[in-house]
Amino acid sequence: MTQTTTAHAAVTQPAVTQPAMAQAPARPGALLRVEHLVQRYRARGAVVHAVSDVSFDLLPGECLGLVGESGCGKSTTGRAILQLPRPTAGRVVLDGEDLCALDRRRLRHRRHRLQMIFQDPVAALNPRRRVRDLVVEGLDIQRQLPGGERAARADALLRDVGLDPELVGDRRPHELSGGQCQRVAIARALAVGPDVLVCDEPVASLDVSVQAQVLTLLARLRAEHRLALLFVAHDLAVVRAVVDRVAVMYLGTIAEIGPVDAVYDTPAHPYTRALLDAVPVPDPAVDPEQAPSLTGELPSPLAPPSGCPFRTRCPRAADRCAAERPLPRAVGPDHHVACHFPLVDPLPDSTSGDGSHEDGFGRPAGAGERAGRDRA
Amino acid sequence: MAALADTAVVGASAPPGEPLLRVSGLTVDIPTPRGPLRALDDVSFELAPHRTLGLVGESGSGKSMLVRTIMGISPARSTVTGSVRFDGVELTSLPRRAARSYWGRRIAMVFQDPTTSLNPVLTVGRQLTEATRAHLGLGRARATERAVELLDLVSIPEPRRRLRQYPHELSGGMRQRVTIAMALACDPDLLIADEATTALDVTVQKQILDLIAGIQRERGLALILVSHDLGVVAGRTDDIAVLYGGRVAERASTRVLFAGHRHPYSQALLAAVPRLDRPAGAAPRTIPGTPPDLVLAPPGCRFAPRCPSAEDDCHRAAPAPRPGADPTHAYACLHPIPTTKAERR
Ligand SMILES: Nc1ncnc2c1ncn2[C@@H]1O[C@H](COP(=O)(O)OP(=O)(O)OP(=O)(O)O)[C@@H](O)[C@H]1O
Ligand SMILES: Nc1ncnc2c1ncn2[C@@H]1O[C@H](COP(=O)(O)OP(=O)(O)O)[C@@H](O)[C@H]1O
Ligand code: SF4
Ligand code: SF4
Ligand SMILES: [Mg+2]
Ligand SMILES: [Mg+2]
Repeated sequence: MTQTTTAHAAVTQPAVTQPAMAQAPARPGALLRVEHLVQRYRARGAVVHAVSDVSFDLLPGECLGLVGESGCGKSTTGRAILQLPRPTAGRVVLDGEDLCALDRRRLRHRRHRLQMIFQDPVAALNPRRRVRDLVVEGLDIQRQLPGGERAARADALLRDVGLDPELVGDRRPHELSGGQCQRVAIARALAVGPDVLVCDEPVASLDVSVQAQVLTLLARLRAEHRLALLFVAHDLAVVRAVVDRVAVMYLGTIAEIGPVDAVYDTPAHPYTRALLDAVPVPDPAVDPEQAPSLTGELPSPLAPPSGCPFRTRCPRAADRCAAERPLPRAVGPDHHVACHFPLVDPLPDSTSGDGSHEDGFGRPAGAGERAGRDRA
Repeated sequence: MAALADTAVVGASAPPGEPLLRVSGLTVDIPTPRGPLRALDDVSFELAPHRTLGLVGESGSGKSMLVRTIMGISPARSTVTGSVRFDGVELTSLPRRAARSYWGRRIAMVFQDPTTSLNPVLTVGRQLTEATRAHLGLGRARATERAVELLDLVSIPEPRRRLRQYPHELSGGMRQRVTIAMALACDPDLLIADEATTALDVTVQKQILDLIAGIQRERGLALILVSHDLGVVAGRTDDIAVLYGGRVAERASTRVLFAGHRHPYSQALLAAVPRLDRPAGAAPRTIPGTPPDLVLAPPGCRFAPRCPSAEDDCHRAAPAPRPGADPTHAYACLHPIPTTKAERR
């Protein structure tokens, strides 16, 4: 799989200070490709490196989980895909079209293809509007529907997400439970018929029992509507239950990405291992204190460490880790890790470092151009 | 349940055999515009010194209400009946002055949101020394030394520098460590952690729960660990009480609760927990319906509308707790899950 030759592009902008990292080869048939995504914010004179060179892709109907500690850039990545706000650098390619290159008017016409739901469902909904109106609001942006058709469409959507339109259609968000609000938000996102749904911690504020209800709903809708999902979550157990693939983020970068079973069962990155070790196990026979603890905290995104971003907390860190940024290497089919000393041996031909150095370090500054290159 | 002499002597420990904390028949009614809300209904349990009790249940099940009532903070105009005995002393009827030597001192609490327990305009040092100066009567210099010790105890690096910092200058994990340090300031016998790590990353959650466990071993504290996450309580508690709709559905040793629970709600809750070791795509089982409305609660078992085992009699009267095979095991259910699984454990 990894040997498949796929053309992909790298991009730079004048403000890029760090070399772009090589990316795992894009898979054929991808619906969405995120390439070398960079998002920086200016805050009180300093630069926050929220996302520093993130690449991944999403097949139609696929679900990719995005996990990592608070502040590692999960939400920023999700929002940057929707161009909220537009990324500092990189490309977001939907069906062959780079959204970052579209002007505002053309982008507005693509908006219905990408939708997003948020962690706090109550806050995400306009408190003054009734459920039925909230659901079809999105539709109106596309085209005006006659009143009767509107209500019928809203009711169908509400039923689709497991709500009784008779019971909740005329209510306002504060008259619903958190789980019900999240269902309304999902119905609202579905109204415009998206291909990609970005879910930012969709069940984090819900009870376990309600969590399971919403997760089951998302799984059903995904199958029925052939929706591709980007599922942002900090709860690794929740992620395991719903995604096909998972990307582990650390300080604005992807540490490891691959099929969820491969990443969870044979993690290759020391950070993935540490995250998994920290997850509480619902089994009294397991002593949680026996699992090793990750020390320290996420470094400040104002001044990310040189080399490997994880080196300040990594039990395997060596001199090379401070000097050189690890590039993603294949450790299994569609499974890549960015670590000099991974826990799983890299595949022999997975030298994705080749050429990328040239690409990352040797580019003329000031060029906004896109340089295509082939992997061999 | 012999009445013991009310001793307010700090540091006295319960006589042998007497639990450190005994809650019996605790009931809390809160007036609301729709009528009285029964937030807690006839809650009873015991906690021995040095032991850890896990309190679990869905949101709104009364976990916080229970521990806040034990701490003497119940909502305005609420009516509290029943008994909370701590170290042989009845806390519900204690005069305010006497109560001060218990709450915040021998019984301390850590809340979910450190921003509510830390004052944003005071330095960490000021907040830590205030507690020990007020409660223990320490002088300024001694209180500062004690604050440094406490920050050190909760593994905060560079404690002296931290004393001069304000809460917003610390990360969420650091802030929660500070609140734990504050809770430990007066060397309590009972520490209550109400979802103290829920808002934190798993990595930081583990650091803090390991820290609390270490301190507990070292100082012989009793601990109540409140969590909606069964994973958090599984490996860190001796006993568990499952709350549902303000009542104790089941209580048992942690081992029995996981392997031999009898209450259908315990079973449903366990099945809803997302597990790391579950194969991808196998979603956790859902509990249909929603938690009960505590204002217009019909008679009978509060879980009946959602319970797969419910029968007609479940709707008539609240099921009384029944003893399980294990001496500490009790469950409030008329049609419990068969014991076969429990006995084969
Ligand atoms: N508008 C902004 N201005 C400045 N900094 C920002 C902004 N938005 C995010 N950041 C910073 O960017 C980094 C990544 O934030 P992001 O919200 O993406 O994290 P996250 O992984 O979603 O975390 P969480 O799990 O807490 O939601 C953080 O350091 C955050 O403080
Ligand atoms: N101040 C209050 N006034 C009225 N009802 C309250 C108040 N505080 C809590 N409740 C109600 O008491 C019940 C138990 O709440 P709580 O103890 O906070 O649950 P938990 O901690 O298990 O999520 C809920 O129904 C809640 O709505
Ligand atoms: S590159 Fe080095 S510091 Fe980074 S994760 Fe790998 S071993 Fe650890
Ligand atoms: S008493 Fe009846 S309704 Fe309640 S849990 Fe038992 S079987 Fe279910
Ligand atoms: Mg976020
Ligand atoms: Mg609570």
